[in-house]
Amino acid sequence: MTSPIPRSRLLIVDDNRVNRLLLAHAVEQLGHQIETAENGRQALDKLRASSFDLVLLDIEMPEMDGYQLLDICLQDSELRNIPIIMTSSHDEIDSVIKCVALGAEDYLSKPVNPILLRARVNASLEKKRLRDDHRRLIRTFADKDVADELMRDGFSLGGKHSVITSMFCDIRDFTTITEANDPADVIELINEYYEIVIETVQAHGGNANQMQGDGLMSFFGAPVYYPDHAQRAVKSALDICRQIAAFNVSQTTKGKLQIAIGVGIATGQVIAGYAGTRTRATYICIGDTVNLSSRLESHTKAVKRQVVIDENTRRRLDDSIDVEPLGEELFKGKTIPVQVYSVRTT
Amino acid sequence: MSLISPATFADLRRMSGDELINDVIDAFLDDAPTMVAAMQAAVGTHDVESFRRNAHSMKSNADTFGATALAALARELEAMGRAGDLNVGTRLEVLRAACDAVSSELEGMRI
Repeated sequence: MTSPIPRSRLLIVDDNRVNRLLLAHAVEQLGHQIETAENGRQALDKLRASSFDLVLLDIEMPEMDGYQLLDICLQDSELRNIPIIMTSSHDEIDSVIKCVALGAEDYLSKPVNPILLRARVNASLEKKRLRDDHRRLIRTFADKDVADELMRDGFSLGGKHSVITSMFCDIRDFTTITEANDPADVIELINEYYEIVIETVQAHGGNANQMQGDGLMSFFGAPVYYPDHAQRAVKSALDICRQIAAFNVSQTTKGKLQIAIGVGIATGQVIAGYAGTRTRATYICIGDTVNLSSRLESHTKAVKRQVVIDENTRRRLDDSIDVEPLGEELFKGKTIPVQVYSVRTT
Repeated sequence: MSLISPATFADLRRMSGDELINDVIDAFLDDAPTMVAAMQAAVGTHDVESFRRNAHSMKSNADTFGATALAALARELEAMGRAGDLNVGTRLEVLRAACDAVSSELEGMRI
């Protein structure tokens, strides 16, 4: 029977040379590529330096033993995706049970039986492949932070109160653009715009949450909390404006469409969490703050500024950000006027 | 009488193939004296961890080749190390002798 598992890269960690020779040979016979390490410390260096699909880990080792390495890997957001099979002598069964309870994928007794080795290695690689596919799929449809939270904690409906910064970014006069141009050009334009905006938001630690037409709603401070969420949001807005300006220059030289954008930013309490049903749910933040960021974005047109923020956001900014007060504004559906500021983009 | 279980050795040879079996025997022959020496040194410095770990490796290697009696001696010493008891008496001498006997037998089993 030929293995359906593609050639994978395995790390064999054992302080005993006899064991390393035998395990390496048995794994190579399965068609996989191997690296070896003599203790947990060496193994950790190798795991951080390049990518592996599976680790075969001895328990008793000098410098850093199997428990310590297992624990470090399980705490590490990158390394915890690599399955670990414990290898042990047959009278270490108590230690093995402890490792599996901690989160090791499986175990093998030494000296290893080649048939068991093949079965366990292939099962673990197959499970990893499915998990990787699952993660890729989730990441395509959800922001990276939300995907990581889902993979880590699973999913439950319900929310919690959080203070966050909400940012709404939109293309000005997009309807006019769509009406006057070839649909293929419009889609190309919007894809390039989204690439700039989403990558910039994520680079600043924000959650690029929802796309609606040409509008993108992003949250800073949830699901991953940063104490400087307002500062991050404003910096990402300035970064987006700079990149759109550069994008427009390159569009002009190609004789292609240019765009103008508006960004509204508001800070305050929201309810953050998963909303929907058990089978179709999405991560959202709801509350006045979110609505206000959208109103502030619309307001950019009236005041002819690119980035407009509320008082709550302004109070959280440091001196590196240059703001201009635009006075009070009573927005549609609100009863209290809001102090509005624009952020200087140059 | 052989100190090495023929059935275990045959399994090992099947698994490693004729090419690798000599390397595995050589690894045992090279490392076994180092392990015994490390255990001896650990008794002198009362390094319980090093004593236990080396006894563990000796046990593991003896089991791999089917050297049952050597494995049993090493297992007992590992248990003493785990209990923090390094009053090994003559046990290390016995282990060394058993290890030498297994080594010379393995020497003759190279292919």
